[in-house]
Amino acid sequence: MAAVEAEGVAEELRSTYATGKTKTFEWRASQLKALLKIVTHHEKEIVEALRCDLNKPELEAVVYEIAAVASSCKLALKELYHWMKPQKVKTSLLSFPSSAEIVTEPLGVILVISTWNYPFFLSLDPLIGAIAAGNAVVLKPSEVAPATSSLLSKLLGEYLDISAVKVIEGAVPETTALLEQKWDKIFYTGNGKVGRIVLAAAAKHLTPVVLELGGKSPVVVDANINLKVDALSAELQKFYGKDPVGCKDLSSIINSHHFDRLTKLLEDQKVSGKIVYGGQRDKTNLKIAPTILLDVPRDSLIMNEEIFGPLLPIITVNKIEDCLGFINAKEKPLAAYLFTNDKKLKEEFIRNVSAGGMTINDTVLHFAESGLPFGGVGESGMGAYHGKFSFDAFSHKKAVLQRGFGGEVAARYPPYDSGKSRFLRALLEGNVVGMIRALIGW
Amino acid sequence: MAIGVETVAEDLRSVYSSGKTKGLEWRVSQLKALLKITTHHEKEITEALRSDLNKPELEAFLHEIAGATSACKLALKELRRWTRPEKVKTSMTTYPSSAEIVSEPLGVVLVISTWNYPFLLSIEPLIGAIAAGNAVVLKPSEVAPATSSLLSKLLREYLDVSAVKVVEGGVPETTALLEQKWDKIFYTAAAKHLTPVVLELGGKCPVVVDSNIDLKVAARRIISGKWACNSGQTCVSPDYIVTTKEYALKLVDALSCELENFYGKDPLLSNDLSSIINSRHFDRLTKLLDDEKVSGKVVIGGKRDRDKLKIAPTVLLDVSQDSLVMNEEIFGPLLPIVTVAKIEESIGLINTKEKPLAAYMFTNDKKLKEEFIRSVSAGGILEHTLPFGGVGESGMGAYHGKYSFDAFSHKKPVLQRGFNGDVAARYPPYTPWKLKFLKAMLSGNILSILRALIGW
Repeated sequence: MAAVEAEGVAEELRSTYATGKTKTFEWRASQLKALLKIVTHHEKEIVEALRCDLNKPELEAVVYEIAAVASSCKLALKELYHWMKPQKVKTSLLSFPSSAEIVTEPLGVILVISTWNYPFFLSLDPLIGAIAAGNAVVLKPSEVAPATSSLLSKLLGEYLDISAVKVIEGAVPETTALLEQKWDKIFYTGNGKVGRIVLAAAAKHLTPVVLELGGKSPVVVDANINLKVDALSAELQKFYGKDPVGCKDLSSIINSHHFDRLTKLLEDQKVSGKIVYGGQRDKTNLKIAPTILLDVPRDSLIMNEEIFGPLLPIITVNKIEDCLGFINAKEKPLAAYLFTNDKKLKEEFIRNVSAGGMTINDTVLHFAESGLPFGGVGESGMGAYHGKFSFDAFSHKKAVLQRGFGGEVAARYPPYDSGKSRFLRALLEGNVVGMIRALIGW
Repeated sequence: MAIGVETVAEDLRSVYSSGKTKGLEWRVSQLKALLKITTHHEKEITEALRSDLNKPELEAFLHEIAGATSACKLALKELRRWTRPEKVKTSMTTYPSSAEIVSEPLGVVLVISTWNYPFLLSIEPLIGAIAAGNAVVLKPSEVAPATSSLLSKLLREYLDVSAVKVVEGGVPETTALLEQKWDKIFYTAAAKHLTPVVLELGGKCPVVVDSNIDLKVAARRIISGKWACNSGQTCVSPDYIVTTKEYALKLVDALSCELENFYGKDPLLSNDLSSIINSRHFDRLTKLLDDEKVSGKVVIGGKRDRDKLKIAPTVLLDVSQDSLVMNEEIFGPLLPIVTVAKIEESIGLINTKEKPLAAYMFTNDKKLKEEFIRSVSAGGILEHTLPFGGVGESGMGAYHGKYSFDAFSHKKPVLQRGFNGDVAARYPPYTPWKLKFLKAMLSGNILSILRALIGW
C-alpha cells in the first residue's frame, strides 16, 4: 500500500467522522450489535481460522477469543448510555456561581494495529472500545495470522459500516504507510521494538498512543502452598498425556521463525542438563512440548528475553523474600503472579512489585475481569483498556464550566489595588470575615 | 553544563529504589515543605515574577502563588484517600475473587516547565509527581531566569535534594535530560519534537460572542482572561473572537470602554499590565501587527514601547483568515475579531482549525450553547475539580487536583483468589462437556449452566 492510498483512507474516514454520524448513540449501538452478530453466527469459521493460523484448540478459541468478544460487546451495549452521559462535578467558591461537568467526546479517527496470538480478540476488543466511544476506525490485523486477518476483513466488510470502519490487511509496507498518516489515537499490541517505532511515528503528529507490549511475567511460588516440580509434572501429564507433542489440546508455535527462536533457548549451553520435564519438539508440526527447566543461570538466554512460548524456567532463591529484589532488577512486566497463603508476603508483593497487573493465587485471570484496567507500565506498555477503560481510552474528557452573567467579582479586574488584593486573598482562603472586612474597607 | 546533569536520572533511580519516596510520610513532608515555600516567600516570588515578566502583584498572587498554595493544600488533605486502593466488583467469570486497583508511583519523572506562569507551572506538576510518590527532576524555563534561580534556591533549601532536584539551563541541559530514561515526562510549552506523555501545549483559543447578552459583563470577562492574564501570554487566554457582523461594533465599543476603565487612557503607563517576556516575542508580535493584510484593521490600541517591552491592549476587526495573526497562536495582547453572517457559522469556522486548549462562548441561547459543547472539541478549563489538559494539537494528558496524582501514577489491577472455587472445566484435556459448561458460564445463563453441569 502506497502512502497515497493510506492518506486516502485516513481522509475518507475523517470526512465520515466530520458528518457527526459516528457520534450518535444509534450508530454506535448498531455497530456493536453487528459485531455481536458476527460472533454468534460465525463461530465455526472463526474457530477454523484460529485452528489454521495457530492450531488453537477449539475450547481456547471459543472461551478466550469468541466468548470474550461477545462479552465485551454485550457490556458495551449495556453500559453505553451510562458511559456517554456527562459527569457532573462539584464547583468551588472560586468560580461561584457556576456549574461544571466533564463531557466525554470521541477523539476522531483511530488506528488499531493488532497482533497474532489472539488475533481475533485482540483485533475486536480495541475496535469495540473505539466504536463505543464514537470514533471512526482503521483496523490493521496481523499478517502473521493470515486466515484470521482475511476472515476479519471479510466479516467486518459485510456487517459493519464501511464508510467508518475499515480493515487494511498487509505487512510492514502497509503498516508503515498507515503510520505516516495523522490519527487521533493509535492502539498497538505487540513488542517493544515495534512499539518504539509506533510511538516515534505518533510523535510527529502529536498523536497519543496505547501500547500493549509484553515482558517477562514472573510467578512467585511460596513454600507453604505445597507446589513442587513433581506437582507440575503430574498435572501436565493429566492435561496433555504421555505424548504432549501429539496432543490436539496443545497449540502449535505460530511459525518456524519463532520455533527456531525457542529451540535456540533450549539448546543454550548454559541450560544444558536443566530440563526436568518435556523438551520434545516436532518441527514439521511446529510443536514444542510443555518444558520445565530447573535452576537456570540468571545469565542464560532464556532468562534475558521474553520467552513467549511453552518453556518455563524455575529460578530458586534462599528465602522467598529474595524474589522481590530479583524481580525488581528486571524491566517492569505486563503481569506478575504470586501463590501464597502468607498475608505479609502478599502485601509486600503488591506494594513493592511494579507490573501492569497482578493476580494472586492464580494466573492470567485479571485479564478477564472487565472492572480492572488491562495494560502495561514501563517496558510493558502505556495506557490500558477493557470494559469502561476501553471507552475512556478512545475518548477525550472535555472539562466544561458554565456561568451566568450574574455573580460578578469585580475585584479580579484592573486597576488593581490593595483592597481588591485583600478581598481576593480572603476569598481564596474561604475566609468570610476577611472578605467582609475587605468589602467594607476595614 | 553543571556536574551530574547527564546522570541525574540514574542517581534518582537508586534513591527511588530505596523505597523512600513511596512512604506516605515522605510525601507529606515534601508537600508541607512546598506549602512553607509558597506561604513564607511570597515577597521574593512576587519580586522574581516582576523581574521576569513585569507581572503585577495581584496577578502574581492570584494566578501563581494562590494557585500553588491551594494545590498543595488539596494534595495534603486528599493524599490518604488518593493512595487508597480502589475496590472493584468482580464478575461470575473470576468468582470467587476480590479485585482492586492499586495506585503506584511510576518511578523517576521529568518536569519541563515554561516561562509564562513560571512559578505555578513548575510547582503544580511537582506537587502531582511527589504526591504520587515519585522522585522528580524539575527543569524550569531559562526564559524566566529570576524565577528559575529562586526555585532552585528554595527547593534546595526546603525539599529532600536526594529525590527532588532542580536542573537549571537552556537547550543543552534540556537535551541532556531528554536523552536519559524517565518513567514519565511532563512538558508545558509550545509544541516541539518530543515523545513524552503529558504535553500541555497551546493553540488558538476562540471566544464566540453571541448577541442578546450582558455585553458589559462579557467584555470585562474577556479582558480579564486576555490582558489581565499576563498580557495575553497565557495558554488558555482568548486568542480570537468570532461574532456576527451586526454585533461586532457594539462589542468593540464595550471592549474599548472597559479597557479604559481597567488600564486608563494610556495603557502603556499602567502598572497593572504585564510586559512582553523578551524582545524576540515583542518583535514577533509587532510583526503580526505590521502585517500588510491587517493594515487598517486596528480599532483599539496598537501602541508599543520597545524599551519597556510593552504593547497596549489591541483589538483588530474583520481580519482575513489568511493573515499572520490568524495562523499562529498569538500569545500576546492582540485580539483579532473575525465576523460571520450568522452566529451558528462560528462553530464550523472553529472546527476547521486545530483543536485548541480551551474554547469559550458567551450566550444566553441554550440551543447554541448545547451545539457548541457537543461540536467543539477543546482541552480544558481552570476549575480545580475539572481535568486540565489538551487534545489533538493542544496536548495530551491532563492534571490539576486528583488528576495530577493520577497523571504520575500507574493504576495496577490486583485480582486475589483463594485456593477454593477451582473450575476444573478450564483445564485440558478439553472435552465437549467442558466447552459447553464454559460457554454457559460465560453467558451467565443459569439454566444453561445447570444443564451443562448435569451433562444435558
